[in-house]
Amino acid sequence: MAGVTRTPTNLTQGSKTPAGIGASTLRPDGTLKVTGEFAYSSDMWHEDMLWGFTLRSTVAHAEIRSIDTSEALAQAGVYAVLTYDDLPTAVKNYGLEIQDTPVLANGRVRHHGEPVALVAADHPETARRAAAKIKIDYAELPVVTDEASATAEDAPLLHPGRKDHHAGHVPHPNIVHRQPIIRGNADEAAKRADVIVTGEYDFGMQDQAFLGPESGLAVPAEDGGVDLYVATQWLHSDLRQIAPVLGLPPEKVRMTLSGVGGAFGGREDLSMQIHGCLLALRTGKPVKIVYNRFESFFGHVHRHSAKLWYEHGATKDGKLTHLKCRIVLDGGAYASASPAVVGNASSLAVGPYVVDDVDIEAIALYTNNPPCGAMRGFGAVQACFAYEAQMDKLAKALDMDPVELRQRNAMEQGTLLPTGQVVDSPAPVAELLRRVKAMPLPPENQWETTEGADVRALPGGLSNTTHGEGVVRGIGYAVGIKNVGFSEGFDDYSTARVRMEVINGEPVATVHTAMAEVGQGGVTVHAQIARTELGVQQVTIQPADTQVGSAGSTSASRQTYVTGGAVKNSCEAVREQVLQKGRLKFGTYHPAWATAELLLEGGKVVTDGGEVLADIVDVLGEESVEVELEWRHRPTEAFDLETGQGNGHVQYSFAAHRAVVEVDTELGLVKVIELACAQDVGKALNPLSVVGQIQGGTTQGLGVAVMEEIVVDPKTAKVRNPSFTDYLIPTILDTPTIPVDVLELADEHAPYGLRGIGEAPTLSSTPAVLSAIRAATGLALTKTPVRPEHLTGT
Amino acid sequence: MDFLRPASWEEALAAKAEHPTAVPIAGGTDVMVEINFDHRRPEYLMDLNRIGDLREWETGADTVRLGASVPYTQIMENLRAELPGLALASHTVASPQIRNRGGVGGNLGTASPAGDAHPALLASGGEVEVESAARGVRMIPIDEFYLGVKRNAMEQDELIRAVHLPKATGPQQFSKVGTRNAMVIAVCAFGIALHPETKTVRTGIGSAAPTPVRAKEAEAFLAAALEEGGHWESGAPVAPSVAKQFAQLASGACNPIDDVRGSAKYRRHAVGIMARRTLGWVWESYRGDGRTAQGGAQCA
Amino acid sequence: MRVKFTVNGREQTADDVWEGESLLYVLRERMGLPGSKNACEQGECGSCTVRLDGVPVCSCLVAAGQVEGREVVTVEGLADFARQRAEHGGCGAGVCGGKGTTLDEAKGWAAKPTGTGDSQAGEQGTSPHTALSPIQQAFIDAGAVQCGFCTPGLLVAADELLERNNQPSDADIREALSGNLCRCTGYEKILDAVRLAAARGESETAGTGA
Repeated sequence: MAGVTRTPTNLTQGSKTPAGIGASTLRPDGTLKVTGEFAYSSDMWHEDMLWGFTLRSTVAHAEIRSIDTSEALAQAGVYAVLTYDDLPTAVKNYGLEIQDTPVLANGRVRHHGEPVALVAADHPETARRAAAKIKIDYAELPVVTDEASATAEDAPLLHPGRKDHHAGHVPHPNIVHRQPIIRGNADEAAKRADVIVTGEYDFGMQDQAFLGPESGLAVPAEDGGVDLYVATQWLHSDLRQIAPVLGLPPEKVRMTLSGVGGAFGGREDLSMQIHGCLLALRTGKPVKIVYNRFESFFGHVHRHSAKLWYEHGATKDGKLTHLKCRIVLDGGAYASASPAVVGNASSLAVGPYVVDDVDIEAIALYTNNPPCGAMRGFGAVQACFAYEAQMDKLAKALDMDPVELRQRNAMEQGTLLPTGQVVDSPAPVAELLRRVKAMPLPPENQWETTEGADVRALPGGLSNTTHGEGVVRGIGYAVGIKNVGFSEGFDDYSTARVRMEVINGEPVATVHTAMAEVGQGGVTVHAQIARTELGVQQVTIQPADTQVGSAGSTSASRQTYVTGGAVKNSCEAVREQVLQKGRLKFGTYHPAWATAELLLEGGKVVTDGGEVLADIVDVLGEESVEVELEWRHRPTEAFDLETGQGNGHVQYSFAAHRAVVEVDTELGLVKVIELACAQDVGKALNPLSVVGQIQGGTTQGLGVAVMEEIVVDPKTAKVRNPSFTDYLIPTILDTPTIPVDVLELADEHAPYGLRGIGEAPTLSSTPAVLSAIRAATGLALTKTPVRPEHLTGT
Repeated sequence: MDFLRPASWEEALAAKAEHPTAVPIAGGTDVMVEINFDHRRPEYLMDLNRIGDLREWETGADTVRLGASVPYTQIMENLRAELPGLALASHTVASPQIRNRGGVGGNLGTASPAGDAHPALLASGGEVEVESAARGVRMIPIDEFYLGVKRNAMEQDELIRAVHLPKATGPQQFSKVGTRNAMVIAVCAFGIALHPETKTVRTGIGSAAPTPVRAKEAEAFLAAALEEGGHWESGAPVAPSVAKQFAQLASGACNPIDDVRGSAKYRRHAVGIMARRTLGWVWESYRGDGRTAQGGAQCA
Repeated sequence: MRVKFTVNGREQTADDVWEGESLLYVLRERMGLPGSKNACEQGECGSCTVRLDGVPVCSCLVAAGQVEGREVVTVEGLADFARQRAEHGGCGAGVCGGKGTTLDEAKGWAAKPTGTGDSQAGEQGTSPHTALSPIQQAFIDAGAVQCGFCTPGLLVAADELLERNNQPSDADIREALSGNLCRCTGYEKILDAVRLAAARGESETAGTGA
């Protein structure tokens, strides 16, 4: 696009080593990222561009009596001010599954920070000053903030007259979706229990806190369309939601993925996409929007806070008899991914354990709290925190080692899930626990030095709160299960375009997908797959855009599986065409062309016996081979709405953690000393990246355990800590060593036997830390994050 | 908004006299966040970075004159012997990047109860040197400096030039509770300094009252107990009952609020724990190190 | 207002700067240097870290007008900065580069050794990259980059650490980088990268007898 600086570029990576799958090849975008040249969405720049600014509601629930934009419009340097009335078509809402989210507030705001008006101006400060002159008359309405207030008889309805496909089966219009899972007879089975433990748990609202703020550049095009450079997790899902609001056919909304500064689920929903396009189309000028950190807390959905009630029963020898549970997820004002979160929470509510008799119910609420949706491990994360706390509680009641109890009930290949689905790939739950327990423990009292206490190794760190006083060590374990890929009958597919040609006398593969590289290393893996399948050294990864078919979302631990699978599949098709060309050209020179299994290796066509038949360069000559194919994993089914039965999932991911913590029991401060993880990854396509994913996911779980929470005032539903000053995420001094033990038990149904890996470590990390703190303090600790107040009874 | 760039202290005073609403900016820690997040739009910003002597300190026979903009990093690295409490507090300020630019003048100017330097300044004792073009220099005792939430004893036309702090004659400690191991705003903080030459103890509490405060009752109680027991001379250990009472009185000096960073109850509790521990450290140090001014923890 | 200062060795001027703009904004939006990142704009994340007259600072907390006449080094200039330091400052700073040691040898790190001939470049046809600084290379080799948004700030901070202390302990590294948030990696591979750069600096020094 002319005039745009720093557009996303091709990533070309050569290698003199095999560097196919299984190798720890380095990121093809690494050099650009370490030199500061990588084009993130907030780095986009265009001469003559305007700055967009979003005016957001200052209250959580109100009727908008009037909006007066005249003063703002009159300000010098302002090019446009838009409100609901300026939306160009009849489509004024968007949403991932339910189109319930207004592009701009329509006479009512339902949560704190909801977009109400847009300004485009020649400088961000001009836009902010103009926005400050927009007069909005709010008539405040009462807020609903929890299950009791949301489902009360006279509760104000968040979305009166709902017509979505869940509306018919929910018990109250302020419930987005409800999913029971009933199997066996939990009440009967409870009679066999020697021990029953119950618990009520609270999981706090977590923020993805990706570092790259929501941002993008929309450039109006001569054909009346728009080019949008943006950071997202799924270009085609965005496109499906954007185009109708703009009144443009999808082909006139050309999207290119710009550098994405982390995502973790927070970019599944739209943020500035439609707003930027609206302003660009209105003004006829390129418009850049960049949220600051304050706005970012309002600009994306968060991880659902949850209340969970659990009852577990077991026989004396520690076999689970039954499980009853109820999970209430707070979806906030708009649906976002809530239905899928309910599906995960309910179907995985028992964890990686065998329980035949279950009575499970999960619901998501509509409230006036901030909207919640996708975040790493959604639904499964909240459940894991609760069922692992229960397993510890049960172990204590049975006077049994907590790891032993878990191992006695661990699921394995062949286990029937509460949904009636058979686990048809390895499920090494007991083995992961064994491995993580077998790792050597970190030495005690590491703060002791010959010159006194090194406070950096103590709870409180540099704040110098203890020199060892009150410090007690605790060790805790947890294990979890996460589904991989989109479940419940979703047509989960990806598309890959792969080309092979000769450039400068060398065979080169080009891979083009719409996969959102958000940091996970998909681009690295795609190049590795192309090398393995096509025997090339040079691979070019083209920027992701909507000029190629959908790749699905970079979510649900699915991209290496699904888009990796698509790249593999397209490479195989390219290989077949190359071999066909070879047969036509050279088949008569060697009988093996017709009879042997042929491969592409080291730039040559070789037989499976290793005999070289031809150079790929000679086979291709001036020609190129290109295919674009869709690829999908095995289909899944929806869960029955009454019983929850159904083959809803395609694959599972398992991780176990051991946490070692030291707690200053007097001040209630926690230092996590070590957080060891064992995870089955099926096949590590890139071991370096795999370990990086596990360590990163583990750290996000640690954050929830001890510091991270979006605090919402229950009286006003306003967010109290929308900044990095008060929403704390772990620093390098809060993060312990994270030894990782990677197990590779192939899933025969998946490409290369791989397993999605990104989310599982985020599940078990949090309960392992909680378990360790409980071990150190003897306290019950039923909330995340654990605050000093909880540990000191203050 | 106008940007003023005085090249000297005199120019800065003149500019402040002419534009009393001008907001001085040095390390930028508070001011720039307010501007970036649209919380504040001052008419004038006045850059103090050009005034070199604000970044200098002089060590005299009994006192240190610390320029308002001496970065915390410099205090940590160069003034550990003279100002051990402030050096410890400096080390808990935000991050290395912030400590490289921020100085005590910013903490004093903002006068937030959460400023990390305050408890150490109160425990040390000293004076704040402020100046205006109209009335010249005024020395404000630190005990009289903090007037209310983010309100200090300065007049609109005054600027902070330096703080004058006594060189430590006894051990000093500083402790701060945050819910993260680095880069965290204090939930509450506590500073303590032994002053053997006057046989007194001074303290400072941060983030647990509308202003930074001293725990005067606790100080008086402890000084009396030490005096009575002849501890200053003998160096005998402080009885646990005395430490406990001192801690309780320190807690009692708090007047905290519940906020998103912590509960009032926790703040009171934590101040008590910190008071007891830091007393233990300074007294151990006083007894052990030939009664010198060494602080406690290594690397702290 | 007009602001004039030196960035990565070149004098730069920005006109019509609003007085409330930060150094970060001027670098990113006026000077074509968006390498310094805008993650929090409140001094909490370190992703905008630059050297201001040699000192690492958060450029979001520096008012543009405060930089008048001063010297700034950003991630875009880090490789040149490190090279000049190595040439003029000798090897004492431990940032002399070279790829003599793998972390495998240095710290028992189990990932892939470097020097296997992988090449990386941006878009074909653009000019080849000048050599990376040792810390930049180490971040790539150790797998310390995921989304990369924290990387520029971490590189500037880590480079300055190694300039001061060429054999940092793990605790030293953690303390020096405690002002830089990373949300992707869990920091383990960032520690690996700094250890690797330090080890390579060491082996280079040992190898040349310096």
